Amino acid sequence: MNRDYLTIRDVVGPLVYVERITDVKYGELVDLQFPDGRVSRGQVLDISEEVAVVQSFESTQGIDTNQTKVRFIGHGLELGVSGDMLGRVFDGLGKPKDGGPRILPKKRLDVNGSPINPVERAYPDDFIETGISAIDGMNPLVRGQKLPIFSGAGLPHAKLSAQIARQGKVLSGEGEFAVVFGAFGITFEEADFFIKEFRRTAAIKRSVLFINLADDPPVERLATPRVALTAAEYLAFELGMHVLVIMTDMTYYCEALREVSSARREVPGRRGYPGYLYTDLASIYERAGRIKGRPGSITQLPVLTMTDDDKTHPIPDLTGYITEGQIILSRDLHRRDIYPPIDVMPSLSRLKEKGIGAEKTREDHSGLSNQLFSAYARGKEARELAVILGEQALSETDQIYLRFATDYEERFVNQGEDERRTIGETLDLGWSLLAELPREELKRVKPEHIDKFLGNRVA
Amino acid sequence: MARPEPVDLAEVGLRRAHGRIIRVAGPLVVAVGIPEAKMYDVVRVGPDRLLGEIIELRRDQVSIQVYEETGDLGPGDLVEPTGAPLSVELGPGLLGSIYDGVQRPLPVLAELSGDFITRGVDAPGLSAERRWSVAPVVSTGDTVGPGDIIGLVQETPLIEHKIMVPQGIFGRVAEIRGGERTVDEQIALIGTEHGVQEVTLRQMWPVRRPRPVAGKTSPTVPLITGQRVVDTFFPLAKGGTATVPGPFGSGKTVLQHALAKWADAQIIIFIGCGERGNEMTDVLTEFPRLIDPHSGRPLMERTVLIANTSNMPVAAREASIYTGITIAEYYRDMGYDVALQADSTSRWAEALREISGRLEEMPGEEGYPAYLSSRLAAFYERAGNVRAEGSPERRGSITVIGSVSPPGGDLSEPVVQATLRVVKVFWGLEDKLAYERHFPAINWLISYSLYADRLSEWWGAEVDPAFPKARREAMAVMQVESELKEIVRLVGADSLSLGERLILETAKMIREDFLQQNAFDEKDTFTSIARQFHMLDLIMSWHRLALKAAEAGEPLERVLAAPVREAISKTKFLTDDELSRFAEIKEELSSTYE
Repeated sequence: MNRDYLTIRDVVGPLVYVERITDVKYGELVDLQFPDGRVSRGQVLDISEEVAVVQSFESTQGIDTNQTKVRFIGHGLELGVSGDMLGRVFDGLGKPKDGGPRILPKKRLDVNGSPINPVERAYPDDFIETGISAIDGMNPLVRGQKLPIFSGAGLPHAKLSAQIARQGKVLSGEGEFAVVFGAFGITFEEADFFIKEFRRTAAIKRSVLFINLADDPPVERLATPRVALTAAEYLAFELGMHVLVIMTDMTYYCEALREVSSARREVPGRRGYPGYLYTDLASIYERAGRIKGRPGSITQLPVLTMTDDDKTHPIPDLTGYITEGQIILSRDLHRRDIYPPIDVMPSLSRLKEKGIGAEKTREDHSGLSNQLFSAYARGKEARELAVILGEQALSETDQIYLRFATDYEERFVNQGEDERRTIGETLDLGWSLLAELPREELKRVKPEHIDKFLGNRVA
Repeated sequence: MARPEPVDLAEVGLRRAHGRIIRVAGPLVVAVGIPEAKMYDVVRVGPDRLLGEIIELRRDQVSIQVYEETGDLGPGDLVEPTGAPLSVELGPGLLGSIYDGVQRPLPVLAELSGDFITRGVDAPGLSAERRWSVAPVVSTGDTVGPGDIIGLVQETPLIEHKIMVPQGIFGRVAEIRGGERTVDEQIALIGTEHGVQEVTLRQMWPVRRPRPVAGKTSPTVPLITGQRVVDTFFPLAKGGTATVPGPFGSGKTVLQHALAKWADAQIIIFIGCGERGNEMTDVLTEFPRLIDPHSGRPLMERTVLIANTSNMPVAAREASIYTGITIAEYYRDMGYDVALQADSTSRWAEALREISGRLEEMPGEEGYPAYLSSRLAAFYERAGNVRAEGSPERRGSITVIGSVSPPGGDLSEPVVQATLRVVKVFWGLEDKLAYERHFPAINWLISYSLYADRLSEWWGAEVDPAFPKARREAMAVMQVESELKEIVRLVGADSLSLGERLILETAKMIREDFLQQNAFDEKDTFTSIARQFHMLDLIMSWHRLALKAAEAGEPLERVLAAPVREAISKTKFLTDDELSRFAEIKEELSSTYE
């Protein structure tokens, strides 16, 4: 049931106020038909008897209050889904962008989805081997987890997330793998990098891309993650695939949210972001997971660039409270040309312990990673001391740890962009680093594991 | 798209009370045409009859917070008042249940609507089919009043459910029926001044109104948790309140599980309020597997779980802590000790802020409404030690442990500060300690318990008269240690006196052999209060004797190398059957140093 109105009262930023309307619903989709023939999608944000507040997904440039026609479409934002979406590129609202044909939808789904009933969730505990030692060995990713990458301007988060998408696989090997890529607010170059990357490795065949570029309308970004996740939910829970969702960059999403919020003159929370930022982000991140009795899963890898590398900024802070850990990139390591520059100390995977161990990876995994953590921490302390006192002044043990920290960064964390280490290789590499330390220092690994894996290894 | 059935206008005409929506903004709906609207009354909104609650009245406009997604609602949709405030269903069958924030049983919702929670699904909090075996304890002709126990139901093998006369009913028992009853069947008729009143197992109580009690008393008895740092250093009293901040990765969940498992409360209420779905799943899968160590039965037989994850409707998150505490009060009134854990109250406060923003209220600090602290205080005030209404006389308690999630770990933010003003115990979990693998990662320098003095008396009387002194000394050692460490960092350990170096050693023993506790070790996970005292007593005795020996000229290296220290460090793994071992070690201690 379409209803057309010519009753635009005000236009404020991305918001269009339409008066004298009847039977309009909250969340309803709108077409704004501009005098020049352009059509923009919009959505009802607030509805009262007198006026509907519509956020326009596209720029309101060229809109006027006399001739612009507002058409209410009768339903909320939906995405037509089908298995044919694999291998295709769409815009931020789900329209084909690659020149290919339209998708013949098997189903039309509300992009907002519904919360998974907590009692129907299955706990994520399948280890995903990404082939990256700093992740697999120290902060492993498991199926159904949401693990963001906290990055900063100029750090190689794009390379890293593309590498994870390319290399990620589950050791048990069952189930089909798919990648849903949602880009919002990133530059053409960055998006182009991903598309080329997926084409180069033929990963594109099992990928669905939703792209909203930096010069695309910011408000559209509010829909893009939901559109991408709706596609992911279809692939995962209806077609039974294991879907990795890469979303980049969450910072731009939050900024778009702030833009709309301030246009609505809402009471701002911290740093001008709306008070419902936590709830809003949760409605995106919480769409990761597994469901009892269904074969598929959604694993999320959101990327966000921290403002001034500050992890207490509201976006990383609230994200960290919702996601199950975080992978933090370090500017310092990046400067020293270490790739991937993952700062393992503040990084964390909350689902680690249930995803690793004898049946999942290897029995020594947990102890070994604790030992590497503590030795690396000690080494970094020694490095700080050396800066103040000079290396010569360090005790012999401290010097050993200092060397360990450097080796750890250069040999364990550092690896090639196309290098894929199996979990066995990663753990063995860890042991070969531990061989540098005196045996009596190895207190976090079990003695039987020392005998079995360290054996007579020498550094 | 599913559209509702056309509304029968004739029917609407008959029930004139229906209001109509004039505005929808997120979880907030404004309606007119409900003249009998009362604050906090429940209404049914729109064609799907979504649950909502009236939170503001302005002239004829009624603001409603809706507990489900409001997409697809619009002006003109009907609002149906129920005339009753938001209430929970109380009765047998609560224990072992898993509810959302407005007491909809999640397993039943899954049966009704599948893996995702769709809009408009509803189910009663208590099963209407299940039959309970009722054993009356009053007879026809007895005079009863509110709170009097008239019958018993063995709700689970662990908990006997007491059927209480509802509020406002005084009179003579006209009829009482035992036997197998559903929650809706009449079990008693009571003749009152206002006619005969029926009593069923299912009773309703409005969540925002505290249940009445005969009297409140100050907490004097500790809630024993078996966690040494808690019981000895920062004890919580039965009926008391505590808060714990949980920065990322500080082991909050492990501590919560340990408290739920070991605390000597009979009923556990766990509210997951706006937290992660997967984390809640962990609780939902772990709790049913946990075995109550005191009885050997599944812990769920004395537990109620409330799960309203961060992506579930925000208004239901606001309601969840009230749903939880009302259920807690119900069991308290039966005479049980209830421990309620709310994780996290910061998410609750954010829900409050979100709704307040939608109401366009004037914001207070950081956008939180100005009534944040009074609401928080009122919630914590529902904890306490009480004498229940009615006969026979019984005492019950609610202990509230609320966690907070300060943004960026900043303890000066409004929710933490408002919480600290009302709670009496603060367990300062710290990620730094967790990185050092010091668990539970409760920082002994910033934590506090205002019950410590009062409960020390209890320990003195019930455990050992020497306890309060040992505790004070140990805490002083830890305080001095932090100062000394500062000095060592600046000028090195050589500058310390003999006594000071011994203090560092003792502090290390307190940290490693007493405060650190492994929740995953079968024996270490719980330490009885007797053992806690003996462990601390040994360490402090060692301190005194070692100091004496060192001052008498014994080289410090030899003092420290004594094998008795090893024996002390192993006392963590003793059981209550091996208490005699403590006396042996003390003997060894004296002979080593004297």
